[in-house]
Amino acid sequence: MYFDSKDALAMVEELRASYNSGKTRSYEWRVSQLKNLVKVAEHHEQEIVDALRSDLNKPEFEAYVHERDLPTSPSRTHSIHIYSHSHTHTLFFYLSVSSSTMGSMAIEEEKQTAANPFDEEAASAVVKELRASFVSGKTRSYQWRVSQLKGIVKLITKKEREIVDALRSDLSKPELESQVYEISMLNNSCKLAIKELKKWMKPEKVKTSIAVFPASAEIVSEPLGAILVISAWNYPFCTFIPDILCFPVLSLDPVVGAIASGNVVVLKPSELAPATSSLLAKLLDEYMDSSCIRVVEGAVAETSALLEQKWDKICYTGNGRVGRIVMASAAKHLTPVLLELGGKSPVIVDSGINLQVACRRIIVGKWGCNNGQACISPDYIITTKDFAPKLVDSLKQELENFYGKNQLESKDLSRIVNPHHFARLTKLLDEDKVSGKIVHGGETDKTNLRIAPTILLDVPQDSLIMSEEIFGPLLPILTVEKMEDSFDLINSGTKPLAAYLFTNKKKLKEHFVNTVSAGGLVVNDTTIHLAVPSLPFGGVGESGMGAYHGKFSFDAFSHKKAVVYRGFFGDASIRYPPYTKGKLRILKALISGGISSIIRALFGWPKA
Amino acid sequence: MERTHTVTAMEAVREVEETLSKLRQTFKSGITRSVAWRKKQLSALLELVNGNEEKIFKALDQDLGKHPVESYRDEVGVVKKSLNHSLSNLEKWAAPKKARLPLLLFPTSGEVLPEPLGVVLIFASWNFPISLALDPVIGAIAAGNVVVLKPSEQAPACSSFLAKTVPQYLDGKAVEVIEGGSEISELLLQQKWDKIFFTGSAQVGRMVMSAAAKNLTPVTLELGGKCPIVLDSLSNASDLKVAVKRIVGGKWGPCNGQACIGVDYMLVEEKFASMAIDLLKKTIKRFYSESPKDSKCIARVVNKRHFERLRNLLKDPLVADSIVYGGSLDEENLFIEPTILLDPPLNAAIMTEEIFGPLLPIITLKKIEESIEFINSKPKPLAIYAFTKDENLRRRIVSETSSGTVVFNDILIQFVCDSIPFGGVGQSGFGRYHGKYSFDTFSHEKAVMRANFIIEFGSRYPPWNDFKDKFIRFAYNFDYISLALLLLGLKR
Repeated sequence: MYFDSKDALAMVEELRASYNSGKTRSYEWRVSQLKNLVKVAEHHEQEIVDALRSDLNKPEFEAYVHERDLPTSPSRTHSIHIYSHSHTHTLFFYLSVSSSTMGSMAIEEEKQTAANPFDEEAASAVVKELRASFVSGKTRSYQWRVSQLKGIVKLITKKEREIVDALRSDLSKPELESQVYEISMLNNSCKLAIKELKKWMKPEKVKTSIAVFPASAEIVSEPLGAILVISAWNYPFCTFIPDILCFPVLSLDPVVGAIASGNVVVLKPSELAPATSSLLAKLLDEYMDSSCIRVVEGAVAETSALLEQKWDKICYTGNGRVGRIVMASAAKHLTPVLLELGGKSPVIVDSGINLQVACRRIIVGKWGCNNGQACISPDYIITTKDFAPKLVDSLKQELENFYGKNQLESKDLSRIVNPHHFARLTKLLDEDKVSGKIVHGGETDKTNLRIAPTILLDVPQDSLIMSEEIFGPLLPILTVEKMEDSFDLINSGTKPLAAYLFTNKKKLKEHFVNTVSAGGLVVNDTTIHLAVPSLPFGGVGESGMGAYHGKFSFDAFSHKKAVVYRGFFGDASIRYPPYTKGKLRILKALISGGISSIIRALFGWPKA
Repeated sequence: MERTHTVTAMEAVREVEETLSKLRQTFKSGITRSVAWRKKQLSALLELVNGNEEKIFKALDQDLGKHPVESYRDEVGVVKKSLNHSLSNLEKWAAPKKARLPLLLFPTSGEVLPEPLGVVLIFASWNFPISLALDPVIGAIAAGNVVVLKPSEQAPACSSFLAKTVPQYLDGKAVEVIEGGSEISELLLQQKWDKIFFTGSAQVGRMVMSAAAKNLTPVTLELGGKCPIVLDSLSNASDLKVAVKRIVGGKWGPCNGQACIGVDYMLVEEKFASMAIDLLKKTIKRFYSESPKDSKCIARVVNKRHFERLRNLLKDPLVADSIVYGGSLDEENLFIEPTILLDPPLNAAIMTEEIFGPLLPIITLKKIEESIEFINSKPKPLAIYAFTKDENLRRRIVSETSSGTVVFNDILIQFVCDSIPFGGVGQSGFGRYHGKYSFDTFSHEKAVMRANFIIEFGSRYPPWNDFKDKFIRFAYNFDYISLALLLLGLKR
């Protein structure tokens, strides 16, 4: 027996009758139903976990923590404790996002059911404390900002070893990669801010129009207030794709901007990199002004509790699904958001180029950058049918030069962040229409969470691997008849964070720059724009909103307040009632701005 | 596009979807990207405004009872000025900006290229139904987007004027006016947009942003708030006269107090209050005569609902007792005369909600410096106005309070300056526009880097070793001397 449209209709009618009876409108009914939902989640937690695992291969958090022989720190045991409540939290959070009245009920319920070390009350206390520091005005001074930025520089210089170790433990990131993409970039970002801060903070003088003469105006950059910086987190039930995490330490970069602009900040580091998270919590507490800068560690419950608070800006780095949740909860308090998301960033490879150099640049962007687990990593390649075999050969050759014959075990490659992502990636490879397309690599090692650099040729576009962000060491190559088709191919999808093109043809470059929409474009290289502070770094469409890096970070966390100064002289009666025809004529002349028409209007002469 | 209530919901959905897919097609075709097309549209808009001045005045009179001079100053003139400014600067704005790159990356070049976002939705509000509708449209077109404009149904004459006239002047494939009430707004919000620009209340602003979150659509929210005036005890009589003229013109001039940047309440020192009130009364009489209702120089309350809301603000007996001037209401003509209240209770609705009407509460303080604390105890307003010659007070207001804008010794002039950003902060919204800022609001700043194959450092690539480690460290510090030594093999 199937459930057909007749059944559906009957069901809807039955439900509607219940609705019309009015019983769902009562507060008591709603609370009782919510409580039952809580019970479902509490009493059947194991079943839910099992179901999720069978559907999504979602590993249990506990298992994940224990599998890894990391030294147990207080913060980590506390995450385990929290996890046992997280399903209930999810429901509550979900409800509170969808309706504010139900939300407040849910919050009450939550307080009764979950005894959390970091709940909403705790979150609200943190915000209150930080706000008090903000109101005191100390974060506004140039000296405070510089001292804090210097604190970060000191922290990363002195504790470099510990940071590298934490990153290795979380991602088995090669030291040099940690250096390049995390430590050096953060260091540079701080140093630039320290060097330029005076200039950035200076009010900008602007011209005013003749209509308001005499007046002067300036634009003052003022701090927004309390900033929440969230790095990738997993939101169960809602994210069918686990959240993505590029650079656990570089997640401090928005904090640099927030401090430079004179704000108080809470950083929620990613729980996906637990060792880095607890290290950051420890170091920031040690090196920074803890009355103004805090780290809150944790997973779903903590992040939900933080998101319930009123912030003056929220900066989130991760994926689009969670980005939507963050923005929806920001909407309740009219909080602006900066969302750094990802997307499928394409690389177009034209023929007639220095193929060896191009391949090296692709490889270093794809596999040399957290083994493809970076928001700006190349996701797939587009090239012409004729050129594809040459490109594949050259990529293979260069991969071997870089990572040797046994690439699965190369020490110069990061591993997959967790079993969850490992399962997701192998699933992409195991799809029937994809598994036959592997032309390089494909080896996996479940115990060590490693996947070898893998190239796939001509995967179908409706495959899983081509419909979601890969975020891992798999690189599909799509082929087109002619180069220009690749632009249509890119534009038919959602807007990526980055797009890359390798070519020597000027026309193709211009066409690419003008027609492809992405957060950033790079011609003849990959990922280097991440390291250039004079360019805004941020997405568009599905790849996010808002931009940061360098001065753009400062601007992102500042309010640009216009200040207009006027004297008491220069008052024209035409502005004021009673209104007359003559005043209208003068006004028109003033707005159109021509001197002769102003004179004519003042003397009441007719239009020339 | 005349719409009647007989249009069923299904049809409305279909119509909106068809409109959107048509607009998206236009955007995809790329015609809106050319600067020539944008300028042509802006010139056409200028023609629209120039050719229909009388019609606009009439519609504004019907909806709000605005006098033509006021309509020109706050609506027609504002739009013309924006158009002229955009037309003469567009090439400059649309050009890519070169970015300076570190020498290390030579010969790579970098630039920031503004590109249109796509299909944008603009919600206008009823208090300035022409300028708050067309001003953002100018920005959206200048940036090369296709636009849906939803005028406010609470200013029906202006709404229908826009719906009828805009298609006669602008490219119908790229700019569409959709009229309707809240059901149409909801329908529009269910669609996917590339940007939503909203002018209105915080309450609706939250709904707009929640809906936008579903599609990760960036929003600009132009909200309001309780904008205060700080009136210092000015010792010079002529300064005070100018200040009061500006206050009266600013409070009751633009749409009779129904403006997001309009004055909400005023702070003065106790000892100065009676003098200020006397002068306010005199000036009101001079501007609007003994019988403001018949003066034609003052707008009426937009509709019954708002009239009721304002009447309720005055109903509280303690509030009613605090009226020191005006206070008469004419329900038939929806007119409320300029009304001044002295020290109404601070917990009364009139002091906790945005007034948005011709009522001006005056709050007295012992010392004018207390106004900073008073303002900071309330949500951040869209504007703060301060009349003072005290340099120290000015500095404190700029650095210790937060608001969209601060204006010293005048009111509302920030609205006509294209060189400064217009927008709120906190409860008064986020995002900014006017002039170049409008263009930026509707553009994505795309970072573009162009490299070549000539210079190639092997040190960028694995397998990693000590040499490469040092190389990268020096490179990141832009330590070119060490870098050179390293390359020559002189540095260990």
